[in-house]
Amino acid sequence: MSNLLEVQNLSVKFPTRNGIFEAVRNISFSLGRERLGIVGESGSGKSLTGRAILRLIKKPGILEADHITLEGTNLLQISKKAMRRVRGHKISMIMQDPKFSLNPVMRIGDQISEAYRLHARASKKDARKKTLDMLEKVLIRDPERVFRSYPHEMSGGMGQRIMIAMMLIPDPKILIADEPTSALDVTVQKEVLEIMDDLVRERGMGLIFISHDLNVVSAFCDRVLILYAGRIVETCRADRLHEAKHPYTIGLLNSIPRLEQPVEHLQVLQRDTAWNLEPSVSGVVADGETPS
Amino acid sequence: MATDNTLHKKRRKRSLPLWVKGISNTVFTVAITMVGLLFVTFIIGRVMPIDPVLSIVGESASRATYDAAYQELGLDKPLFLQFFLFLWDIAHGDFGESLLTARPVGQDLIRVFPATLELATVGTIIGVLLGVPLGVIAAVKRGSWIDHVARVVALIGYSMPVFWIGLIGLLIFYGILGWIGGPGRLDIFYVDTIPSVTGMILIDSLLAGDIEIFKNAISHIVLPAGLLAYYSLAYISRMTRSFMLEQLDQEYIITARVKGLPESTVIWRHALGNVKVPLVTVIALSYAGLLEGSVLTETIFAWPGIGSYITTALLSADMNAVLGGTVVVGLVFVCLNIFSDLLYKYFDPRAK
Amino acid sequence: MSIPDACPQKQITWREWLTTDTPASRRQARLSVWYHSWLAFRSNLMAMFGLTILLALVLIGLFAPILAPQDPFAQDLAARLSAPGVNGYMFGSDSLGRDILSRLIYGSRITLYIVSLVALMAPVAGLFVGTAAGYLGGWVDVVLMRITDIFLAFPRLVLALAFVSALGAGIENAVLAIVLTAWPPYARIARAETLTIRNADFIHAIKLQGAGTLRVITRHIWPLCISSLVVRVTLDMAGIILVAAGLGFLGLGAQPPSPEWGAMISDGRRFILDHWWVATMPGLAIFIVSLAFNLLGDGLRDVLDPKKSSQ
Ligand SMILES: Nc1ncnc2c1ncn2[C@@H]1O[C@H](COP(=O)(O)OP(=O)(O)OP(=O)(O)O)[C@@H](O)[C@H]1O
Ligand SMILES: [Mg+2]
Repeated sequence: MSNLLEVQNLSVKFPTRNGIFEAVRNISFSLGRERLGIVGESGSGKSLTGRAILRLIKKPGILEADHITLEGTNLLQISKKAMRRVRGHKISMIMQDPKFSLNPVMRIGDQISEAYRLHARASKKDARKKTLDMLEKVLIRDPERVFRSYPHEMSGGMGQRIMIAMMLIPDPKILIADEPTSALDVTVQKEVLEIMDDLVRERGMGLIFISHDLNVVSAFCDRVLILYAGRIVETCRADRLHEAKHPYTIGLLNSIPRLEQPVEHLQVLQRDTAWNLEPSVSGVVADGETPS
Repeated sequence: MATDNTLHKKRRKRSLPLWVKGISNTVFTVAITMVGLLFVTFIIGRVMPIDPVLSIVGESASRATYDAAYQELGLDKPLFLQFFLFLWDIAHGDFGESLLTARPVGQDLIRVFPATLELATVGTIIGVLLGVPLGVIAAVKRGSWIDHVARVVALIGYSMPVFWIGLIGLLIFYGILGWIGGPGRLDIFYVDTIPSVTGMILIDSLLAGDIEIFKNAISHIVLPAGLLAYYSLAYISRMTRSFMLEQLDQEYIITARVKGLPESTVIWRHALGNVKVPLVTVIALSYAGLLEGSVLTETIFAWPGIGSYITTALLSADMNAVLGGTVVVGLVFVCLNIFSDLLYKYFDPRAK
Repeated sequence: MSIPDACPQKQITWREWLTTDTPASRRQARLSVWYHSWLAFRSNLMAMFGLTILLALVLIGLFAPILAPQDPFAQDLAARLSAPGVNGYMFGSDSLGRDILSRLIYGSRITLYIVSLVALMAPVAGLFVGTAAGYLGGWVDVVLMRITDIFLAFPRLVLALAFVSALGAGIENAVLAIVLTAWPPYARIARAETLTIRNADFIHAIKLQGAGTLRVITRHIWPLCISSLVVRVTLDMAGIILVAAGLGFLGLGAQPPSPEWGAMISDGRRFILDHWWVATMPGLAIFIVSLAFNLLGDGLRDVLDPKKSSQ
């Protein structure tokens, strides 16, 4: 099976007063028609990795990589215009908090159909019909009403479904989900994840799932990258996480409460600056190798 | 105390629908502000060192005539009663008589106001049409030469006395280059040749189908309105820039880019769509500022508007005219405030 | 005020003492904060330019008698309306043959006089009203803020005109009128600051120690309102100069023969088409000074209030 996306030596840097800050450092990975999790603590560079793939690092940030290849084309070498056809159309991204990532003064219907009209060159009427369909697919009960509503009239869970509809309507090949449920109530988190999972499966898309929650990731993904301070410290299969070798991964695992193995005290995460320099450990499944 | 307050609010909310409360609140605020405004004006009128009786009956009047006039003006009554009489008169559009024109001040104001309105409106339209794009571009190309130019343009606008630059403008464009019409709204032989419908010559001349006069009016309004436009441009472009910078940092902008929208759509539809909301208030403020700025501009350009009216009245101690003018300008300010509030609610779906 | 921390030891320089990460006393900490603000301010070229112009203005005002080539009131009708450079008038002469340059130099005193009076009175008035409203709350707050709103509803220049016409023309009355129209924004700012400070823990602590309302306001709330007021005043100064000049121009401020810049423009207005310099020179002076205030205000805002900075 060929890879949809290949990333080689990706770095994201920011010039600061005290020199250059490397937020993402020489990351390499590949993605097939699978679900890849990226896990790490806050500030480890997860979101920046996602945005870098879409070439959405704002100035003064610097994006560097040997190549980011999507189905044989190096995204770093194509024009801005061609890149815009990739965004939304080939790769799209679900953002963390629907409260901030939907335009507050535009009707929801317009926001969803906008992307479809652009990429499918559809008429207003077709776009409307397609949008209503899409709203139904994310299990929204009253699509007509939602179509006419504004984002502030929606709950968080609804907002994130709208986000999913908006990002899937041009039928992309790859979806990046940047902590899609961390702003939601625990009760609706599962619902939203299931909707997303079904649609991604049904369309045979590749998914990059960014999260700081190892539990969710291990249940949801095929493979996991563990990010620490902008580097991949370990790559392993989700179902074999318990066999992980890197002390950071083990630390992450031990800091999660488990019902089946209650402990007196949860372990406090230990960090070691040496990890910043060591080469990454390839866990049970080596990088690039696809799971069975 | 805090809990007290919330309890209180809850009780009131239950007894009245929210929108009724909203409207009655606005009406109450506006009413209080207007009465306050009139009170301040009233007090100013009473402090005047000029004896209002003398200015009516003349220096040589007898004691009896003076006393009769004194009573007729109600000056023997207690102050608060006088204030209510004053309110009563103004509520009936009665601002007293102007010494200078010997006509009711109310009529004078109706005659001169359209000239000011025309000037400030043309100025604001130009200011918005140029200022908003300038502010947007300055924000998008932050730190570029165009941003610096926009900043300098605004700084100069904030620092120049309008009456001075008006004079210089007249000197250059009228005196030396002869490109524009001089002071006044029209060349002297065109004055009063078309029927006054709206009082705004640009509109009246078009209604009368007289292109000749329309062109002449344009040549006269272009400099004063252009100057006012510059001031409003300075303010509007600065505010637009800072609102834009704020919006461009928001997450929904990234969403729009992720969708693959072209940069122009991201900026002009998504970001500016959100900037429109606070910008409404800014534009209303700038419009009010231009109405005020017209006081000095009009004296320079001999523009027969409310600004000229007030200043001429001032210099000849025509107190009724000064107070009437002040009240009207104040009321217009209050109305603009209400209007911008309403527009705000119209543009911002969250405010409903 | 112990001596050791006032005189840093010999081996460390003043700069090191000021930029230390570990201040030894409260005073050193405070001075250090100021020094850092000054460093930030100093790197802002435009603001430094504004500050330089204003310092120059103060010096010109102070040394007017030495700097002015002639008596600003001395008339020479034979040399009236001389162009710049003619008859030894560097900036020309006015309709009574007075030296425009000398009048501008003396006029700086009037400008400084107006500016400093307004800059003292308006914010102080606003501070009184705003802190009283914010700290006392309840009815006091409602009434004071209503009054503030009423004054805010008035167009400033028109209200100032009405005041001056009631009080009579003259510099002091012009200043009073400007103050009467300028205080409301300061009251708003002071009230907002007070509201955020009022419920801070340290205020409660001070109250528990038995401090009275007056003491809390004057010793603890006022000092904290100062920096936002200073920024606002500096930004407003340009506008105040323009209003004052406008009043002068309309003949409601300083009276002739005083060399007030606005009045000088009004004087030159009649000759604008033939003798441009009479009105142009004082206009330039007003422009430069208010530009300087605007530049300074922008810079101060960037340093003291980075959140709202325009850059
Ligand atoms: N514009 C920027 N300028 C400077 N540093 C930045 C910028 N954007 C991000 N960073 C830094 O890059 C690092 C990684 O940021 P990123 O948003 O990718 O973290 P994250 O892993 O997504 O964290 P979270 O879980 O909190 O979302 C952070 O330390 C952040 O401070
Ligand atoms: Mg993130």
